[in-house]
Amino acid sequence: MTGSARTTPPAAKTARPRPTTRRRIHWRDIGANWLAFTVIGILALPALWIILTAFRPNLEVNASPPIWIPQTITLDAFESLFGLNPATASGVPVMSYLRNSLSVALLATALSVPIGTAAGYAFSRFDFIGSRALLLLLLLTRAVPGVALSLPLFLLMRNIGLIDTIHGLAFIYIALNIPFTAWLMDGFFRRIPRELDDAAYVDGASHWQTFWHIDLPLALPGLGAASVFAFLAAWNEYQIASIITKTPAAKTFPVGLSDFTTQFTVDWRGMAAMSVLMMIPAILFVLAMQRSLTKGLTFGAVKG
Amino acid sequence: MTTQAARLGDPSRGPEEDSFLKRLRRKNWFPYLMTVPAVIVVVAVVVYPMAYSLFVSFTPFHLLRPDTTSQFVLEDMFNNYARLARDDVFWRALWNTILFMVVTVNASIVIGFGMAMMLARMTFAMGPVRVLLMIPMMFAPVLIGFQFAWFFNATVGLVNNALLTLGLISQPVAWLVDEPTGMMSLMLATIWMTVPVVSIVLLAGRLSLSEELYDAASVDGASVYQRMRHITLPQMRPFFVIVMVLLSLDIARAYDIVRIMTDGGPAHRTELIWTYAGQLAIRGSQFGMASAMSMAGVVLGVTFTFILFRQMMQLRKDMG
Repeated sequence: MTGSARTTPPAAKTARPRPTTRRRIHWRDIGANWLAFTVIGILALPALWIILTAFRPNLEVNASPPIWIPQTITLDAFESLFGLNPATASGVPVMSYLRNSLSVALLATALSVPIGTAAGYAFSRFDFIGSRALLLLLLLTRAVPGVALSLPLFLLMRNIGLIDTIHGLAFIYIALNIPFTAWLMDGFFRRIPRELDDAAYVDGASHWQTFWHIDLPLALPGLGAASVFAFLAAWNEYQIASIITKTPAAKTFPVGLSDFTTQFTVDWRGMAAMSVLMMIPAILFVLAMQRSLTKGLTFGAVKG
Repeated sequence: MTTQAARLGDPSRGPEEDSFLKRLRRKNWFPYLMTVPAVIVVVAVVVYPMAYSLFVSFTPFHLLRPDTTSQFVLEDMFNNYARLARDDVFWRALWNTILFMVVTVNASIVIGFGMAMMLARMTFAMGPVRVLLMIPMMFAPVLIGFQFAWFFNATVGLVNNALLTLGLISQPVAWLVDEPTGMMSLMLATIWMTVPVVSIVLLAGRLSLSEELYDAASVDGASVYQRMRHITLPQMRPFFVIVMVLLSLDIARAYDIVRIMTDGGPAHRTELIWTYAGQLAIRGSQFGMASAMSMAGVVLGVTFTFILFRQMMQLRKDMG
């Protein structure tokens, strides 16, 4: 690799344009670099501390005076979390939580993304009667705080027997994800030039064919972003789950986290281990879409 | 035009009937069909329950006394609201909520904007920095709540440990219990959650601006302040609107953080509308009161969203 780069220095130069004389490296830029690095380091520090805690022995975590520099790294916390070591088993039904969280999040994503995408397409392409009012209605549902919603949902779900079931919870999450998906996809569809649609219509395509064969394939990156957002929203949701679910049959990770808190003691290390477990999907998504995430968040605001 | 042509071509049909039927058939049903599923689900899970909640807020509904459900008395329908208006804790929670929203939204935007400006100047190590910046985004709000509850814990907390080790304080501080530090800790945790998203979006916005604008401004001798005021801020307006939309979602999730860290306590010092409504319903089983309470919160949220909506419609129009 280095050899080939050395033999063709001009190509390497053009591939990565060097800053011109106007933007040469300045001491102020170096200062800004270090400042940014420090600030972001401080920002990330608490998170890194939690992750580190999950891999430290209990003695070190609870030591007083505190031990700042880790002496040993161990998987004890995870062993007791999964009950692999009967002596230290935490007794928290992690596997049920994992199963519930996964099924609820997957179910909610699989249904909310198609429904939301269809609505988003309608908003982006057609100025139909009531379209503005509908969009406003969808957005206003986002303004309803989870607690306010969870109270009537608790009563209604109890009446139809869906309380404390993963189906009931997934159904709620589908509805909660639809407005954001529609809004996100509206932005993505808006970036696709209308000329493509017109060309399809001239060739005699129906609205559905134009959507299915022309616009949807072009909006696939948006669909990916919407799916990730929907999955994580359901995976992380706490307010409603904490009120709708009560037993390990339906409790999800965020609700189960409180199992480590008893009246007088808190198992901080067990909580840290479960936190690491909960972060895995987010870590995977963030690393996989590091670049497109920015695009997903700024959908549509940049043209072209 | 078509109606006119049809009328000319087929004079036997009455114009009224013709235009109605034709218009019905010509009407483009496609967008309606596409939005119907979304509307049905959202109405079933959000609109209908909220309407039900509004009804409950006019009744003395108590969960443990089922007979109270149907006790809707016209003269007494505002009883819950009247009781709230006399409740000092409610006013305190309302004030705390407004303070909390105003401070966290503004601080997140200011800090996030500052970080975006700083990151835009970076010349190396962008990759690692971007990953570091996204780390807080991997944390669910509940996790952020637990994390900061632990850090600010009076006896085993990281903050006290660090300050004691450094010798900056001699006695542990009860961060979450004391008067101004409780709210401040909650706000800090929330800002920690929102700043990365804000700075990533604003960084993308800053990088999308063409350097030519700035070059032209330098030629004209514009100062740093003038460039900020007349180029950066107006050009980035769409990105600020996106940030506001994302923040409105995140701030709503801040309830998780507050619920875990203090749950409104001690002695209602950090009470927000959401925590108070939750307590009335879950611990007190007073669903009537709690519903009235959450209606107050809904009004707050809807007002916020409505202002945002007008901005967004303008933006959509600009984008085409």
